[in-house]
Amino acid sequence: MNAGVEKGVAKAVTLRRNVQIELQVNGEPTEVSFAPYKTLLELLREDLDLPGTKHGCELGECGACTVLLDGEPVLSCLVLAVECAGRSVETVEGLAQGTRLHALQAALTDLGGSQCGYCTPGMLMTAKALLEREPSPSRERIREAIAGNICRCTGYQQIVDAIESAARELRAGGETAR
Amino acid sequence: MSGADKKFDVVGKARRRVDGRGKVVGQLRFADDLVLPRMLHCKLLRSPHPHAVVESVDVSRAEGHPGVHLVLTGEAFPVPYGIMPVSLDEHPLARERVRYVGDPVAAVVAKDEQSATEAIELIAVRYRPLPTIASPEEALANPEARIHDYGEQGNIHRNQAYEFGDVEGALAASDLVFEDLFFYEGNTHLPMEQQASLASVEGDGKLLLQSSTQNPHYLHRQLARVLQMPASQIRVIATPNGGGFGGKCDPGNHEFVVCKAALVLGRPVKISLTREEVFYQHRGRHPVLMKFRTGVSKDGKLTAMHLQTLLDGGAYGSHGPASTFYTGVLTPVTYQLPRFKFEACRVFTNKPACGPKRGHGTPQPRFGQEVQLDKIADKLDLDPAELRLGMVTEPGSLTASWLRVGTTGLAACIRSVVERSDWKAKHRKLPLGRGVGLACSTYMCGAGVAIYWNKMPHSAVQLLLDRSGQVTVYSGATEIGQGSDDVLAGLIAEALGIDTDAVRCITGDTGITPIDLGSYSSRVTIMMGNAALQAAGRVRDQLAAAAAEALDTLPERVVFSQGRVFAVDDAGKAMSFVEAVALAEAKFGTLSAVGSYTPPKPPGKYKGAGVGPSPAYSFSACVVETEVDPATGWIHVPKIWIAHDIGRALNPVLAKGQVIGGVYMGLGEALMEEQAFRRLPPKLSDALVHRNPSMLDYKSLTALDMPEVDVTLIEDPDPNCPYGAKEVGQGPLLPVMPALANAVYDAVGVRVDEVPVTPDKVLRALERKAKGEAARVGPEAFPEVPYPSPTFVLPPWENGDGDELKGADGKPVRRERRVATA
Ligand code: FES
Ligand code: FES
Repeated sequence: MNAGVEKGVAKAVTLRRNVQIELQVNGEPTEVSFAPYKTLLELLREDLDLPGTKHGCELGECGACTVLLDGEPVLSCLVLAVECAGRSVETVEGLAQGTRLHALQAALTDLGGSQCGYCTPGMLMTAKALLEREPSPSRERIREAIAGNICRCTGYQQIVDAIESAARELRAGGETAR
Repeated sequence: MSGADKKFDVVGKARRRVDGRGKVVGQLRFADDLVLPRMLHCKLLRSPHPHAVVESVDVSRAEGHPGVHLVLTGEAFPVPYGIMPVSLDEHPLARERVRYVGDPVAAVVAKDEQSATEAIELIAVRYRPLPTIASPEEALANPEARIHDYGEQGNIHRNQAYEFGDVEGALAASDLVFEDLFFYEGNTHLPMEQQASLASVEGDGKLLLQSSTQNPHYLHRQLARVLQMPASQIRVIATPNGGGFGGKCDPGNHEFVVCKAALVLGRPVKISLTREEVFYQHRGRHPVLMKFRTGVSKDGKLTAMHLQTLLDGGAYGSHGPASTFYTGVLTPVTYQLPRFKFEACRVFTNKPACGPKRGHGTPQPRFGQEVQLDKIADKLDLDPAELRLGMVTEPGSLTASWLRVGTTGLAACIRSVVERSDWKAKHRKLPLGRGVGLACSTYMCGAGVAIYWNKMPHSAVQLLLDRSGQVTVYSGATEIGQGSDDVLAGLIAEALGIDTDAVRCITGDTGITPIDLGSYSSRVTIMMGNAALQAAGRVRDQLAAAAAEALDTLPERVVFSQGRVFAVDDAGKAMSFVEAVALAEAKFGTLSAVGSYTPPKPPGKYKGAGVGPSPAYSFSACVVETEVDPATGWIHVPKIWIAHDIGRALNPVLAKGQVIGGVYMGLGEALMEEQAFRRLPPKLSDALVHRNPSMLDYKSLTALDMPEVDVTLIEDPDPNCPYGAKEVGQGPLLPVMPALANAVYDAVGVRVDEVPVTPDKVLRALERKAKGEAARVGPEAFPEVPYPSPTFVLPPWENGDGDELKGADGKPVRRERRVATA
């Protein structure tokens, strides 16, 4: 934090020299250079122009920053960006197919699961990981899966409804919706 | 405007909200998502002392730090601000004094957040600590050191007393008088989005602030004041709020700071508060101590109530003057109460300022009132639901305090939750450890008066149509997640017989939208809605006149529905909406209309009668079921039933979502949420620090903790509201806390007269019960508060005229004199 004039400019400069990595972002090969202290959250929002991923704490406590790293949900505020070299990241921006919404996206908004929408990107990514693992989760399983994603608006009920409904739709083969 | 007999195309249909898509694709831009070329970043230095004189601030080392562009201190801000004109007691950066741990003292603007954070630590501030006030009791006992040099006296910020009819007389004549003390701990909004603001100087030289604010209009006024600039040179855009709940109503220090910095540097400056800072910014629920003395007759009718409240206001005024009123004024709206007296006092303490949170000032007394009613029912051996049903206020009636109750669905709400929860089979009948509790509440549909006194409309809407069929609606209302844009589009679409897709909403921008006072006091649906319908009605008249000519019919026979415009009695005479717009544009010129709304004048005339009146009141009733483990005190809530009198649900998906969200937040307050402080040892500066300023430690309900909520919407359209729609954003939170406490009593027979109701309190009460002591945990004493002698007003049924009693000299007669001369 305090590497400034105090502890020698040279050190500060090393700390700030950008690093460069290659990774897959929403299916696209991407090359990016950034300050090495950055988290994956910061990398996405500040260097990859993907501000869809949100932050509510930057301490791993709220779930708003959830993205998929090699298919697994992670809190991007706790992942160092340099660790993502060669890996694949999926964010909310990659969910829709062109202008067609993913079933989870359509259900979440149609059934009231997204009020202010701030927890929504993290919620969607958590739900996507769940449905990929378990195509027909019970309501209780859905609640467990999203227990680390705090939402202050909805009281969760309509989010659970939406994930349940999207799961049904995906099982029935509907990949995307309006 | 009730349109009770109208068939609706849009209203009442479940629809995707108009801003829904942007949210699920990650395209909606919140304040911190905004980036401008040449943008700099700002960080605030905050006081580690709860109360101290700022002797000096040395910024030289910070200014020399690499990447730093500007360091600001209190010197940059000589003019104070405050959301209420009577409490202009804050400076963006402290000048001589800091008043709570977290009070901003200086700001650094740098090329990135990292450099700004480093530089903040290079600022040297010399503080001289002052004695600190931690609680209302300490504030009352220690008029010195004064936290502010204004207020009633010592550390009392506001102090007020009102009496509607002779309450002592009525209590003396009552069969029974119940006296109870309650305490409601403070808690905070915890919006998922941390406050963020981006200020810039636009190409035309004017200041632009894009900020997560609920009230761009009030912020705009305060910016003009503090920056000493004409308001016309400032534009505030309220970015979509990632949750507000009242926490983004007050202008924030950071908002002034980034504006000033942008003006000095000529470059965009952004700030995004950390989560810890959001906890210290606060402006949330006031901790309130309450004393209720309530008279009842043997058959369960209220005779009179004397309510005293003591609010812990924290370090600044904020909305405090209003909050103080709200701990009393809505109390008489739910049940017939012949006489009512309330005394309320707000003190300053050295903690983050309290302000408005969902329900503003009313959840605390509602908790006390509804738990006390449960005790009354118990004592009188009456069913708590029947007791309440026997005394709900009549539609259109006046309260003792001269509030006009409009439509009320409270009885229907009670009956609904009683039936759906199978209350009769459960109450006092479930086995030990399981219980049900019931409670009710009411809330306003918008405050009857603005925060600053003026005679202008509270909300205005402008509509612009063109030959493409495009309908653009401009409103100053702010989307904070509650769905105000959807309400706006839905009402316009309904009035013009088109789809919401055809309506473009431009909202919350003081540079281009007509004024709306903001997203607070559940006012938007009613006030913006009525203004929107007026504007739509005016445009519709023009469209109807033009279409009637072409269709060879009369304008009053023209119908607008589903994108078509046709004659009511001849479906063959029809055209598309777009054709009608083109005809009207040819006939009248460019099509545009404005609408505005001002709430009705309140019936009360006494000084202070402006707080509490509303165009309408919503009502709710709730049953909570609990399972309480007598061994651990652990409380599990398997299910909640709630009925809310909404007048009419404009979009049922959203309305239901507001109800469930309100229940969620209420249950969190009931069980666990606490904005509490602890004192560090003297060698660590005696500081009053937040006990749990993180999302992990500030407990809130997760998806796993949240019970199923059974929602019933009671629809009885209110004539003062757009298509009859009342508020739903705040009311449903209110009955949850008392219903939970009453359910705990039903389960294990102990009273926790305190919020939150936590397992340790339940256990303590159970231990007391086992020892044969009073089976109760809660406050034991109410301090001596120097309330003023009350303003005395006769209730409507005692030949009152709505004004305070005045003597021959025209001065108000205080109760003492009236009694003496009676
Ligand atoms: S921002 Fe990552 S968990 Fe809160
Ligand atoms: S929708 Fe607002 S936090 Fe979840």
